[in-house]
Amino acid sequence: MSYAYVPLTPFDLALAAALLVVNGAISWFFRLQLERSLAIAAVRMVLQLAVVGLVLKLIFAQTSPVWTVLMGLVMVVAAGVEVTSRQHRRISGWQTFGFSTATLLFIGMAITGLGVGVIIGPAPWYAPRYMLPILGMVLGNTMTAISLVLDTLTETAHRERGAIEARLSLGAHRFEAMSNVLHVALRTGMMPILNSMATTGIVALPGMMTGQILAGADPVEAAKYQVLIMFLIASATALGSFFGALGGVLLLTDTRHRLRLDRIAARP
Amino acid sequence: MLRVEHLQVGDLPALTFEVADGECLAVEGPSGVGKTRLLRAIADLEPASGQVFLDGAERNEMSAPQWRAHVRYCGAEPAWWTETARAVFPAAVRLDRILHSLALEPDVLDRAVALLSTGERQRLALARALIDEPKVLLLDEPTTALDAQAAALVEELIKFQLLSGRSVVLVSHDRSQIERLAHARLLLPKTPGGASTGERAA
Repeated sequence: MSYAYVPLTPFDLALAAALLVVNGAISWFFRLQLERSLAIAAVRMVLQLAVVGLVLKLIFAQTSPVWTVLMGLVMVVAAGVEVTSRQHRRISGWQTFGFSTATLLFIGMAITGLGVGVIIGPAPWYAPRYMLPILGMVLGNTMTAISLVLDTLTETAHRERGAIEARLSLGAHRFEAMSNVLHVALRTGMMPILNSMATTGIVALPGMMTGQILAGADPVEAAKYQVLIMFLIASATALGSFFGALGGVLLLTDTRHRLRLDRIAARP
Repeated sequence: MLRVEHLQVGDLPALTFEVADGECLAVEGPSGVGKTRLLRAIADLEPASGQVFLDGAERNEMSAPQWRAHVRYCGAEPAWWTETARAVFPAAVRLDRILHSLALEPDVLDRAVALLSTGERQRLALARALIDEPKVLLLDEPTTALDAQAAALVEELIKFQLLSGRSVVLVSHDRSQIERLAHARLLLPKTPGGASTGERAA
C-alpha cells in the first residue's frame, strides 16, 4: 500500500493562521484585551517551531553524538528554567532551579537512555531522530510533574503550617511532620499521567501517534510506539514527583527540623 | 533546669534567664511583643541566635526532634492532622487518667477532631503535649478557650507537673492565673532596650 505524504505550503499555513481571527473576534467582542497576547503567542509559536525544525534538520543531518548531547542539554536547562518560573510561591529561586535541572538531567538521561538506547535500539544508538523527540516528551512531562509537586507542596505547607509545626513540637522528624503534605503533593504529581493512560485514544489520539500516522506509519506500529512512550513518561513523572517532593521538603525545612516558610516568596 | 543565654528573638533585646526544675516562669508583655516567638525559639521551632541549655546540655548538641521531645511547645491554637485525636497518641499509652484530670470523656478520642469544641481540642492538645513526659513545658495561653471550671482543672494539672519537677514557661493574659502559678516573671519590654529579667514575684 503506497501512501502519499502531503507537504504543507506557506499558503496552507497562512490559511490556518487566518483561523486566529476567531480568537481575536471573541477577545474584541468581550473586551478581553487579549489581542496583543494572542499576537505575541502566535508569532512566538511560529518562530520557535520554525527554529526547532531547522535546528533539528541540521542535527539530524550530522548524526553526531556531540550535537545530540548539546541539544539535549539545552532542552534540560530550558525545562529547569520553566519549572522555576511556573511556581506560584517560589522557594529561593536558584536552589529550585538547581535541583530541578539536576533532576531533569538525571531522569532525561536514565529514561531516554533506557527507552532509546536499550529498548528501541536504533543505529547508531544516539540517533538524534529518536533521541531528541523522546527526550523532549520525557522532559516535558517530568517538568510538569516537578512543578505540580513543588506548587502543591508549598501551597499545602502554607495551609497546613499549624499541623506541621504541631508535629514538629511533639518531636517529629521533618519528613514525618510533612508526611500528609508530601502525600498530597506526590499524588498531584502522578495524577496527570494516570489519567492520560486511562483515557488515551478514546477521544483524541496522542500527538506523537497522530504524527506518525500522518507521516504514513502503520497505525498499529504507531500505537506500539505510543505505548512505549507512555510507559517511559509514566516512570519519568513518578521519578520527577519523587525527587521534586524530596527536594521541596528539604528546601522548606532546615537541618534543625524547622518549617521555613520564610524561604517562600510569593510571585512578585 | 532550663537556661537561656543571649537568646535573640525578633527585635527584643537578647534574653538571659533560668527556670529551675519545678519552677514556673511567666512571660508577660503587651500583645505582639514576641511572647509566642520566644517560646517557639526556645523549642527551636524558629531560628534565633543564642544558646539554650537543658540540664547543662546545649540544644545543638542533640538533634532537634530529641530537643523537642524534652522541651515541649504547646501552642495557643493547636492544630490536628488526623481524623480523630486517638491517632496522635501512641497506641500503648494509657490515657484515662489524664483525660479524667482534664474532665474529658474517653469518647473525645474517637470523635472527629473537627467536630470537637475549641475547649476540648485545647485540653486534648495539652494531653498530647504531656503524654511522653517532657522536662520543660512551654505553654502558650493554655486556658484561653476554656470556661472557669476547665481552666481550674488545667491549672491543677500544671501544678502537678511542677510538683513532678518539670519546668514551665507560661504565657498568659490572665493575671490572676499568673499569680496562682508563677514563681517568677519575665517582662518583655515594648521597645528595644533593657529587658527586666527574672523579677521575683513573691
